[in-house]
Order: sequence, then structure tokens, then C-alpha cells
Amino acid sequence: MPPVPAVPAPPLPTLVIEPRPGWRAFDLTDLWAFRELLYFLVWRDIKVRYKQTVLGAAWAILQPLATAVVFTLFFGRLAGIGSDGLPYPLFSYAGLLVWTFFAQGLAQSSASVVGSANLITKVYFPRVVIPFAAVIAGLLDLAVATPLLLLMMAYYKVWPGIAIVALPLVLLLALLTAIGVGLWLSALNVEYRDVRFVVPFLVQLWLFVTPVIYPASVVAPHLEKLGVPGWVLGLNPMAGVVEGFRWAMLGRGAAPAALIAASAAVAVLLCVTGAFYFRSMERSFADVV
Amino acid sequence: MNAPAIRVDGLGKRYRIGERVRYKSLRESLSNAVMRTFRGGRRAEETIWALKDVSFEVQPGEVVGVIGRNGAGKSTMLKILSRITEPTEGRVELHGRVGSLLEVGTGFHLELTGRENIYLNGAILGMKRAEIERKFDEIVAFAEIERFLDTPVKHYSTGMYLRLAFAVAAHLEPEILLVDEVLAVGDAEFQKKCLGKMGEVAHTGRTVVFVSHNMGAVARICRRALLMVGGHMAADGPTSAIVARYLAGMQSANPSWLRPKSNPGGDSVVFQQVTTRGVDGEAKSAFLGDERVETEIRYEVRRPLAACQVGVRINNAEGLTILTTADADASGTSALAKRPGTFRATFSIPGNLLAPGRYSLFLSAHTPGRSIYDQVDQTVTFEVMAARSLTSIDNRLGVLAPLLVWNTTEEAE
Repeated sequence: MPPVPAVPAPPLPTLVIEPRPGWRAFDLTDLWAFRELLYFLVWRDIKVRYKQTVLGAAWAILQPLATAVVFTLFFGRLAGIGSDGLPYPLFSYAGLLVWTFFAQGLAQSSASVVGSANLITKVYFPRVVIPFAAVIAGLLDLAVATPLLLLMMAYYKVWPGIAIVALPLVLLLALLTAIGVGLWLSALNVEYRDVRFVVPFLVQLWLFVTPVIYPASVVAPHLEKLGVPGWVLGLNPMAGVVEGFRWAMLGRGAAPAALIAASAAVAVLLCVTGAFYFRSMERSFADVV
Repeated sequence: MNAPAIRVDGLGKRYRIGERVRYKSLRESLSNAVMRTFRGGRRAEETIWALKDVSFEVQPGEVVGVIGRNGAGKSTMLKILSRITEPTEGRVELHGRVGSLLEVGTGFHLELTGRENIYLNGAILGMKRAEIERKFDEIVAFAEIERFLDTPVKHYSTGMYLRLAFAVAAHLEPEILLVDEVLAVGDAEFQKKCLGKMGEVAHTGRTVVFVSHNMGAVARICRRALLMVGGHMAADGPTSAIVARYLAGMQSANPSWLRPKSNPGGDSVVFQQVTTRGVDGEAKSAFLGDERVETEIRYEVRRPLAACQVGVRINNAEGLTILTTADADASGTSALAKRPGTFRATFSIPGNLLAPGRYSLFLSAHTPGRSIYDQVDQTVTFEVMAARSLTSIDNRLGVLAPLLVWNTTEEAE
């Protein structure tokens, strides 16, 4: 006979484990239930990143700053690329700020699932927490690099207008884009290990097709000449993010509404398909990783 | 009667052999896809069932041990129960919060301090932050690391690291606890502490499924055991009966070492065969703690030798030499003269001497301090099981487990 069971008063949660074939999206409730784990993984990523580096937080500023200096010299001065009437250093640093967040998020999240093999094979939690945490940890770098942008704005006497209220939405769009692509790449990386060679290359190409170095307004007329509307650029979701960020933060010109709308649609599409793909691959992670 | 805490019904897990070939590269997949269109059709994929038709129930508060050899499907089953991998068929119902402990220190980060790792590891194991905070002092006390709380764990000794890792895990309080072999690491003292804690857990009314190779631990903690063989559930019943059955099954492992044909040996002394037997003369490789291990060595002498010693070293699983014995020992010298021929030498390792564990025999024929004629490492391996020895009762420490004669008298005032 089994020993007398000590049954706790409240009804016990019941969990059924069954093979569930086919595609399915992940439960957002699952992600919510494990929000503390998400918090701790983000916290771990940040702690470890800053513990192991000499310069610590300075890296977050140095990277976009150094790139902005190089861009200013070569593209701003020598090539004389336009900057929507903004001082080129400010123009490029603002773009690079969100771009760096995206590029870092991509690099970190694509490697995240494979890098967490020891967790995946030993303990259960919704795997989607891993790429989420990798992307979210990058927000701190963004926050650290932002004061310099504010200083530059003060120096150049560029003030944000009412558009600043749209900033959270633009950042959300950046987050969605990074997560969408991160979900795809992290799951692909489990199955195909050459993804990690693709990522740096992808990031590099992506930078050039995104209006970071140049404003969208330089490209749009060329497109329109071909009979293609300017918002097509927004099909690259990062175009919407970078243009939107400059518009919200630096307050020049009218809202690039069509562009951002296109970007938002693509970002949502990436997230949804990424979620489905990730979810369908997830069940074999522990067997393959 | 209550509903069972765990109900497993027809559980099966199939692996494609291809999946075992770790991961693919994009290039390979593309070229395979191209090849396939030329060859036409998909080739049949080889599959193996790591687990098949496994059904059982566990009542709330029951503590069940799962035993079986490597590859019997124990760990696969535990991985399915803890949702790490999905079953191919069948169904599991779990009533209650589930905590699984497949490894101690999962997710520990070497750069983080002990304090930070307690929070991180706790969260990974499924504890809420408030819960970790509530148990924090208890965890630190159990791990005995107060002074090093703010030191990165990379500076910890192995013992400290394991104690901390186990301490966090031990304070997990789900209704259903799934434990795999976590006690297989660490020194004897640590294992003892862990076992003690596990025993405590087992008495708090929680449902525990405990997978282990350590028969002593299973016998001590669990009243009921499941035996798995080749992915199937072979037996289910009281621990003592199941352990006995497992031991009987262990015997089919090879209790004999034969000289491989590829290695004909030198021109002096050549070991041919080593066998371990029970007292009844039956060759076997698993022994109860109080059983004698009869060892038989066959060797060939190919030329006359003035002084030669045939020696055997017994090493435990950690590689520690427990003792060395030689054929010349009884003569009071270190070596004997040998004439050509084939010889059979036997000696017996007394019962109640070796502590439970795995031992291997290392052979050597040599003239001490001069030349080595033949040397064979790890010939046969045998297992001393804890059941029916004192160590299984109180899990005492030490590499030896002899029964010494005690004499206690009351002293006159």
C-alpha cells in the first residue's frame, strides 16, 4: 500500500503530455507564466556581459559612436550623402543607435538556443523565453547609448516635437522586428549550424539596404520614377524603425506613415511566422541540440 | 481513493537514427534534397524505439524508483515526464506542479556569484522569486557557503559548487518531483548528505520518481520500484523484489575477458582469460555485498622464467586502486619460478570487503623492478551491489566495507 497521501487543499493543476503533431503557435500565457524566468535570463545576460568586459557599459556607446564617426567622415563629408537637413553626425548616430540594437539582438538571439543547450536538455520551460531574453537584454545597451544622443541633440540644437509620443511605438516595432527575425534564426540554427556564418553577412547586407547611412528620401524618388511607391522601402521593417526613430526623436518632417505601416505589417508577419516555425521546431530541440 | 498523481499510458518515444547524427548543415540538406529528386522517393528512415508501451500509475505521496541498465529508457521516460522532449505516442497525466531535477546546477553561470546563481538556478528550476527569497537563508546554510556567497562560483571548489547546486535543487517544493541520478556526482560525504535530504523529501508526502543506478539509494528511499529493460517496463513491485530481479538480469553482462585475437602477446607470459564467478562456480559479474568474488586467471608461459609475479590490481570506478594481490604472496617472496605451459590461477575476494560500486581487474606479469612480460588493463569489470550489505542500511562512507569484530565490555568502576 502506498503511504497515506498528504493532499494539499487547493485542487492540483493537471498537465497532459501527448504528442501534438502539426504547426502551432506558442501560448502567450506560457510566456507570461514564465515571466520571472525571462527576467532572470535577461538579468543574467546583462550581468555576464558587463562582468566579462573591461569597458563594460562603454561598449554600448563606443560601437555606434565609432561607426557614426566613420560614416560621417566617409559618407557625410566625402560622398556628401544627404541627411534630411539634419547634421550628419546626429543623423547617423540616431540611425545607428536603433540599428545596433537590432544587429546585436540578431547576433545574440540567433546563437541563444544553441548556446543554451545545457538548459534545454535538462529542464522544461517554454523555449521561446531564450531568444526573447537575448533580444530584450539589448535594450539596456540602447538605454546606455541614448544619453549621448540627447547630448548631441542639445549640441546641434535639435529638439523633438510632438512626434516624440510615438517613440515607444517605434521602439516596440524595433523589438518586434528583432524578435521576429531572432525566432527564425535561433530555430534554424538548431537544425542548420551554418546559420551562424550567415548571420554576420546578413547583418552587413541588411545595414546597406536600410536607410541608416542615407535617408529614405534619397531613394524614394528613384523608386517613384520606376512607378514604385516609396513605402515599398518599408517592406524592410528596419527601414520603418530607423526612419520612424529619427522622425520621433529628431522631429523633422512629416510622419513617414506609409513606410512605418508597411514595416509594422512585415514585422508582425515575421513574428507570427517565426513563432509558428519556432514552435514546430521546439519539440525536437532537446533531441537535436 | 484519490486520482493517481502520475498516470502514464502506452508511452513511446521513437528516434530517427538520423536525428542521432547530431545536426545537419544547410549545405548537406540542400544537396540531399537535390539527390533525392534524382533517386526518386524518400528512402526509408531507420528508427529505434527508445521507449515503447510504457504504462504505470503513481499514487500521490508514493516514492518510486526506476532502475535498469544504461539505454533501458529510464532517462528518456524522465525527459518526457518533465516535458523536455515530446513522446511519439501515448499519454501522460500529471496532477500537481512538477519539478524535475535531471542534473544539479543546471544553468549555473561561472561568472556569477553564489548569491546570483541561487536566484538564477531557482528561477530555471521553476521557483518564484518570492519563494527563492523565502528559502534563501536555508539554501545558503545547507550549502555551507556563507563566506563565499559573493564570490563568483568559478572560484569554488568542486565540492562547494555541488553543495550549492544541490542545495537550490533540494529546496524545490513541487507536488511531483522527478529526479535523475543527481547523486552520482560528488564525494561520498556529499552523496550521503544528498541521500539524507532525498529521504526527508520522500517523507513529506510528495510524489517522487527517482531514477538511479545506485541500488542502495533506491532500496533506502523507495518502497516501490519499476524495472526497465530495452525501453519496456519489465517489472513493477516492491523494491527488494525488483532489485533482486535487476541483479539477476545484470549477470548476462560479460563476466569474462578473453585475449583478443589481434594481440597474440609476447614470448614470455601471455594472459588468456579472466573470469569472475560466484561461490557456485557460475560465471557472473554482479555480486551482493556479502558475496565472495571468485576470480580465475588463465595464462600461458612460453619460456622458463626464474622469477615472475602474476599480480592483480583492483581499481574502483574512480580509478583508485583498492588493493593489489599477487600469486607469490603466500610464499612470502615477491616472485616465483615459472615453467612453460598453460596455467589456471584462482583467488577469491571475500564478501563484506569492497564497498558497493564497480571494480575492474588490472593484470600484470612481471619480475618486480625488472621487466614486464604482459600487462592488461581493465579486464573484467564487476559490480558489488549494496543490497544485503551493511552499507545499504546506513550508507556509510569509505572505499572498503568490511565487517570488523567489535568487542564491547563494561568497565568495572
